[in-house]
Amino acid sequence: MKFGIVVFPGSNCDHDVYHVAKHVLGQEAAFLWHKDASFAGIDCVVLPGGFAHGDYLRCGAMARFSPIMKAVEGFAARGGLVFGICNGFQVLAEAGLLPGALVRNAGLQYVCRDVYLRSERQDTPFTARLKQGAVLKIPIGHGEGCYYAPEEMLKELEERRQVVFRYCDAAGQVTAESNPNGSLRSIAGVCNERGNIMGMMPHPDRCAEEVLGSADGRRIFESILHGWQPARRLRI
Amino acid sequence: MSREPDVGRELALQHGLTGEEYERAVAALGRTPTYTELGIFSVMWSEHCSYKSSRVHLKNLPTEGPRIVQGPGENAGIVDIGSGIAAVFKMESHNHPSYVEPYQGAATGVGGILRDIFTMGARPIASLDSLRFGALDHPRTRYLVGGVVAGIAGYGNSIGVPTVGGEVAFHPSYNGNILVNVFSVGIARRDKIHRGVAAGLANPVIYVGSRTGRDGIHGASRLASSEFDAASESKRPTVQVGDPFTEKLLLEACLEAMKQPGQVVGIQDMGAAGLTCSTVEMAARAGAGMEIDLDNVPLREEGMTPYDIMLSESQERMLLVATPATERRVRDIFEKWDLEASVIGRVTDTGRVKVISKGRIVADMPAEALVDGAPRYRRPSARPAWQETVQALRLQEVPDLADGNEALIRLLAAPNLCSRQAIYQTYDHMVRTNTVVRPGSDAAVIRLKGTERALALAVDCNSRYCHLDPAEGARLAVAEAARNIACAGGVPIGTTDCLNFGNPEKPEVMWQFEESIKGIAEACRALAAPIVGGNVSFYNETEGKSIHPTPTIAVVGLLEDVRGALTQWFRREGDLIFLLGDAEASLAGSEYLALVHGREAGRPAAVELAREMALHEALRGARDAGLIASAHDCSEGGLAFALLECCISGPGGAVGAETRLEGKGRLDALLFGEAPSRVIVSAPPESRARLEHAGGSAGVPVRLLGRVGGIRLTVSVGGTRVVDLDVARARSAWSAALEEHLRG
Repeated sequence: MKFGIVVFPGSNCDHDVYHVAKHVLGQEAAFLWHKDASFAGIDCVVLPGGFAHGDYLRCGAMARFSPIMKAVEGFAARGGLVFGICNGFQVLAEAGLLPGALVRNAGLQYVCRDVYLRSERQDTPFTARLKQGAVLKIPIGHGEGCYYAPEEMLKELEERRQVVFRYCDAAGQVTAESNPNGSLRSIAGVCNERGNIMGMMPHPDRCAEEVLGSADGRRIFESILHGWQPARRLRI
Repeated sequence: MSREPDVGRELALQHGLTGEEYERAVAALGRTPTYTELGIFSVMWSEHCSYKSSRVHLKNLPTEGPRIVQGPGENAGIVDIGSGIAAVFKMESHNHPSYVEPYQGAATGVGGILRDIFTMGARPIASLDSLRFGALDHPRTRYLVGGVVAGIAGYGNSIGVPTVGGEVAFHPSYNGNILVNVFSVGIARRDKIHRGVAAGLANPVIYVGSRTGRDGIHGASRLASSEFDAASESKRPTVQVGDPFTEKLLLEACLEAMKQPGQVVGIQDMGAAGLTCSTVEMAARAGAGMEIDLDNVPLREEGMTPYDIMLSESQERMLLVATPATERRVRDIFEKWDLEASVIGRVTDTGRVKVISKGRIVADMPAEALVDGAPRYRRPSARPAWQETVQALRLQEVPDLADGNEALIRLLAAPNLCSRQAIYQTYDHMVRTNTVVRPGSDAAVIRLKGTERALALAVDCNSRYCHLDPAEGARLAVAEAARNIACAGGVPIGTTDCLNFGNPEKPEVMWQFEESIKGIAEACRALAAPIVGGNVSFYNETEGKSIHPTPTIAVVGLLEDVRGALTQWFRREGDLIFLLGDAEASLAGSEYLALVHGREAGRPAAVELAREMALHEALRGARDAGLIASAHDCSEGGLAFALLECCISGPGGAVGAETRLEGKGRLDALLFGEAPSRVIVSAPPESRARLEHAGGSAGVPVRLLGRVGGIRLTVSVGGTRVVDLDVARARSAWSAALEEHLRG
């Protein structure tokens, strides 16, 4: 399988995702420069963490206008897998490819630490190897990760089962204390209706090896790998 | 353009040069300097850039070792770490800018040290910060802490280099002059290392990065090289403004340009003294010359004079030398990253830096004279009269304790001892996915991808010790940093220092400096941790009052196997707890004595360097043999506080311990007294015999203190329980304390 990792000016976790794809999973990986727009041979596009274009305006607000975003949209429309992590999630939300918005953390500060996530559904390409209700220990590192959507939209998201991950405690209970940034309904990750685009604030790329304190994030990447069928590789 | 002022002695004095220094400048040129040249002399010969008061002493530091590739003198030091890779590291101060404008001061401190690292061809992989603030009840302290921490987070997080550790201390001696010392380490392939040399006749000199503005003019000379007074606030315009996004692009573009061998001949960042320092130093290092035309320098604003352009300290700029054949390719790379790249001159063989503006020569100076020809002073030094007084400690005046519980509860919430979590959680300490041991243990451990190895990083200084006894304090700082490396399982491979002192023109300050250098030199030699670079920051005074002497020491250690990394907290119920080293400790200079009795006095317990080294070796031996589960340095707060930290600092929550101490004499000294060369380890019961044997053969005492388990920490002395604490409650108080202090 071949992962394509988008590099915006200011992407910081591009190398981290590359390392997981290439050296932890043993798959192919390539960087995709934001001014280019060719996804030839790519099976899954990852938008990594970082501060695309410096994020001086609003997270992702500039990056969504990068030439590559049109290509990402087309790739997703043809059913390609698109995975946004942290800043990548913010960019996908800004671009309207995922519902909702990521706003300033309730505590008003950047937070870097481990949290727990509950997997809300198994039937997505990103969670196939996670049982529904599975609890993951995973790091966050963001200042603007508070998930926000209007009440109507939240209802719709729940009905269509688009909430993929919620913040929870070690036992899997969703509580106010275990929500690190004030996200509405403790939402940590969502997908589009079709289920081929997913964004999450926590960093599975930071916990894909035991030596880093948790390998739970690896299961998300393994899910992507698990569901991949070479015959279905998209022709771009 | 307005007419330039007439150059003479008067103007030189206003520029911070002395009369003699001005004569020296005239002699070096053989004529009266132009206005631009006077500006260049004043920054190049400032204390900050020339090290004129410290150089004669710095040469006494040990700078050689089997792994050293590059010692002091370059942008950063380089140490070989095997497999064809090298660790590139340095620490620098950004004290005065951070006091005047805390957010930008600290942010540009981070930006500056990162440029020093990637200018050598290394990718920065981790940073540490050593921060010192005034007393918490000082009206400015909370504002400064907030600004500095936010500035470090703002810059470091955005550029994607993890801040993995450091230290934070509060003391009234920093009320008017905080310290912000930033350390960074990068990794380079040995064959890709670049240096700041302007070599190759007629090679193009390329300016890359941000445009030049009027910010930071005279930052190095007027802000960093003079004392503070009431007017210092007005120096805010001399503080630069940082843009981490541009620096991120600059980092990636520079590393891309340096990837192809031979593409970049030499490269240097424009930090202190900007274009002046980079042109002059690059020319001097190569024994060459340089001719630049300021008309080609990308400017941010109109009407800038040659003087302004040469002295600007605008951030995120680099100067590099390519070849006629590679110039185009280099410029293409910077264009790809949307950065300015402009050929501003050529390398010459004249040994002079010639600066042209609008067809007119505005400066033409011998590079050598500006660097090696800078003044050198052996300034008078004298032991201060008060030294004797502060070293006197009559313990009979200090009432002893009957019970340690209450004091321990006070210590665990003390500003200097409580958890730093509230600060390090705002730093991205995980980006680049190498952080094996995160902030909150004795040393951070960073794995080296593609190898089995890892680096251990620690930064330390107890400036109270240094105040009471500068030579001993410096030895203790090196010993503690090296001990922290040993506790994490590493072997020291190199040291970088940030020497923060008062006004060197005062004999007492100079004495403190000389004593500190002696202490550092001895300890680095004995512990095989040579100095590879660093920085001196003088004039840390406000209204004539000097800070405590603060020689901050950062030691880099190597672990051959990342799986051998140790952390400080107890890991398993049932493990035995041992003290390696002597139980004896002293209240002199202790945190306890200062906090509980308001006294800073006595001579801190001296370190015997041979014993310290034996301890480190015994510790590493025990680790290699798989005997121990955790190791924690016993420092500020003494044995009782160190035991408590072992119980409450683990990421998984608190665990109790039942311990027994033996000792004659005072209870307060036994529990909270401080001494070097002591480490608490935990080990499974079956390791006991081998651990005791290993200690015995290394000459390191191994004492059984107790056992891990339960929900309370208890300490018994002579059959009496003197500490009995619920560890979960202690953990919450310790974790929350700093935030509460900062909220006020």
